[in-house]
Amino acid sequence: MRFQIYRFNPDQDSAPHMQEYDIALEPTDRMLLDALMRIKTVDDTFSFRRSCREGVCGSDAMNINGKNGLACITPLADVQEPVVIRPLPGMPVIRDLIVDMSQFFKQYHSVTPYVINDTPRPDGERLQSPEDREELNGLYECILCACCSTACPSFWWNPDKFVGPAGLLQAYRFIADTRDHATNDRLDNLEDPYRLFRCHSIMNCVDVCPKNLNPTKAIGKIKGLMLKRVL
Amino acid sequence: MAMTIRQFDAVVVGAGGSGLRAALQLAESNLRVAVLSKVFPTRSHTVAAQGGVSASLGNDEPDNWHWHMYDTVKGSDYLGDQDAIEYMCRKANEVVIELEHFGMPFDRLDNGKIYQRPFGGHTSNYGERPVKRACAAADRTGHAMLHTLYQRNVRANTQFFVEWMALDLIRDADGDVVGVVALEMETGEVMIFQAKATLLATGGAGRIYAASTNAFINTGDGLGMVARAGIPLQDMEFWQFHPTGVAGAGVLITEGVRGEGGFLLNKNGERFMERYAPTVKDLAGRDVVARAMATEIKEGRGCGKDADHILLKLDHLGADVIDKRLPGIREIAKKFANVDPVKDPIPVVPTCHYMMGGIPTNIGGQVIVPDGKGGEQVIRGLYAAGECACVSVHGANRLGTNSLLDLLVFGKSSGDQVVHDLASDTLTQKPLPADAGDYTRARLARLDGAKSGESVAEVGAELRRTMQLHCGVFRFPDSLTEGVRKIREVADRAANSFIADKSKVFNTARVEALELDNLVETAVSTMISADARHESRGAHDRSDYPSRDDAAWMKHTLWFKEGDKLEYKPVKLKPMTVESFEPKARVY
Repeated sequence: MRFQIYRFNPDQDSAPHMQEYDIALEPTDRMLLDALMRIKTVDDTFSFRRSCREGVCGSDAMNINGKNGLACITPLADVQEPVVIRPLPGMPVIRDLIVDMSQFFKQYHSVTPYVINDTPRPDGERLQSPEDREELNGLYECILCACCSTACPSFWWNPDKFVGPAGLLQAYRFIADTRDHATNDRLDNLEDPYRLFRCHSIMNCVDVCPKNLNPTKAIGKIKGLMLKRVL
Repeated sequence: MAMTIRQFDAVVVGAGGSGLRAALQLAESNLRVAVLSKVFPTRSHTVAAQGGVSASLGNDEPDNWHWHMYDTVKGSDYLGDQDAIEYMCRKANEVVIELEHFGMPFDRLDNGKIYQRPFGGHTSNYGERPVKRACAAADRTGHAMLHTLYQRNVRANTQFFVEWMALDLIRDADGDVVGVVALEMETGEVMIFQAKATLLATGGAGRIYAASTNAFINTGDGLGMVARAGIPLQDMEFWQFHPTGVAGAGVLITEGVRGEGGFLLNKNGERFMERYAPTVKDLAGRDVVARAMATEIKEGRGCGKDADHILLKLDHLGADVIDKRLPGIREIAKKFANVDPVKDPIPVVPTCHYMMGGIPTNIGGQVIVPDGKGGEQVIRGLYAAGECACVSVHGANRLGTNSLLDLLVFGKSSGDQVVHDLASDTLTQKPLPADAGDYTRARLARLDGAKSGESVAEVGAELRRTMQLHCGVFRFPDSLTEGVRKIREVADRAANSFIADKSKVFNTARVEALELDNLVETAVSTMISADARHESRGAHDRSDYPSRDDAAWMKHTLWFKEGDKLEYKPVKLKPMTVESFEPKARVY
């Protein structure tokens, strides 16, 4: 199978280049990650992140034939040759497919991603009805792979100012949690021309999310709450 | 060139469930803490746990910690230490409720309490019938837990060193641990983290087997570090083969599928677990179910054209239950098995999943070794928790959902122990020995200097094949002896392995070579311990010694790298406050 892969090693390269590989695969190689590992056995300088190989850890996000996705759950049968693999767009490249995700995590951290509830802790659990719990579905499953934020033109343009779809999805995850008491502060935190409102509903995030989540919808709900607050 | 030295009160190695839970205790005590992780914390393998975390909350039906304790002792095939098991089961409700308060998105019952489902080996009234004890967030409990713990650490301002790999422990002339040497993957720089306390939370090592549910990062780094530092590894012959890994792919299918009412079928469409475990059937202990499946396959009743797998049927649960309680399983089955479980059964085989053994510790996570006078002593400055530790609460076989409980309970207790030891001045900042870092430097110099040799990938593949072939679900005397010879050969080959990439920045080839050293210690200790244990107990099943032998073998194995020798120590049969559970025949 033929691949064109983005290569850059700052130790020795002055500029990135695309490298071609033609690799004989085994019948057990079913996902793109299997093929990348196969390539690494013949060229150990090829570098990428990977861990769980089942789509839950979020390590192996990359740009595959022009679209962001996770290598470990992208079937080889579904990709066209030559498979063109690049690092996630818009992020500083450290080496090959490994990007510097600091800005992405900084935005995630900026939404105070934890339940805030200053009432005294009860002896048992804080009760939540199944219906209220259901509000968290489609939000808590995010694996922080960054496929969405790095597919978003607003994030490419203002990664330091716009929280981005992943961070905003998590902002809403805590707003939607009946156990959290900080909705007002959370809305204040997003009340500025960039942090939330740079989302123009382009919906690239929805298109690429490997977990089929919908950040645009969550962002819409936050905008709705902000509107309700001023009315 | 001298290595940079950074000083901390405590360094935690690993940021999965136990590392994060321990870090929380430390960070909230205002200590200077460094948490090192090979991957961003939410990428740790706890993320892949699915079915639930056990606690006898009794939200849906009566339950209590004593029943949980009985099930765990019995599940361990009486090799678990009963004091540690009592401690864990009694602490379960507290740590699970605490996690809920941290924001864990548990599923809920109609009355608003945490949803609980049945799980293998967990029973009501000392083995009468399955009990709902597994607290679940759909089939993504580990993911929800890991993210919640990370989030709580964000709140606590924990200092993380992300994509740093710890390489070796530093021990001084007294044998005390005074820190670790670690590699920053992004720059290739090697640094010393000098610390009063070093807490290992490096997780499992399931990558010693060719077919494994484990992530690529599960390479036993903590085990390799302690073995090289002259500290023994405990009960390494006991590896859990999870009954339901996707055939061919190895990806985990939670036991929660059977907890929700799914069951296993052989090629005749027979629900064969009724024969092996008449009372709880498909919800027997994992070792029992895995052996039953392997027996069905061995005796020609496997499914598929090669009769090499078993089918897991759950379509009768209906699309609603599957989408609500097992959505991740439906996703995995479609992607990795090409079946939609709403319509068709999932092809599964027993797959390496969990290491019951590990670094010997007590309830406070302190690492303990024989004192040479028949007793035990603490290694000052060294702690371990989670899968890399052996407390031992799982003995010869772990019950499902007890691993997530283990990491909460002992992550917390070891964090508390460190806080206590620092406050009581048991631990002080000792000077680094003059040769600190030299050993690691030599390992790295060998890798950088090697001009040719066998590739790390090749040696690694041979290691995994050897373990799979010689130390699987069923073990045979000749095959084990042959396995010992072969795994020693693999160890020699690993010592001469070669990487072409000599660059500094994010050199993953170097990382994999360093991981291979840890896999080697794990694999060698496993094979040698298994060859020496002349009985069948829990996950260790030998054709030549088909029964459990309590008279001779109710004892823990200790393997020492130095001299490649084995010692044994007694199982702690005396619980903290209640009567012992005396060993009985294990029937489900």
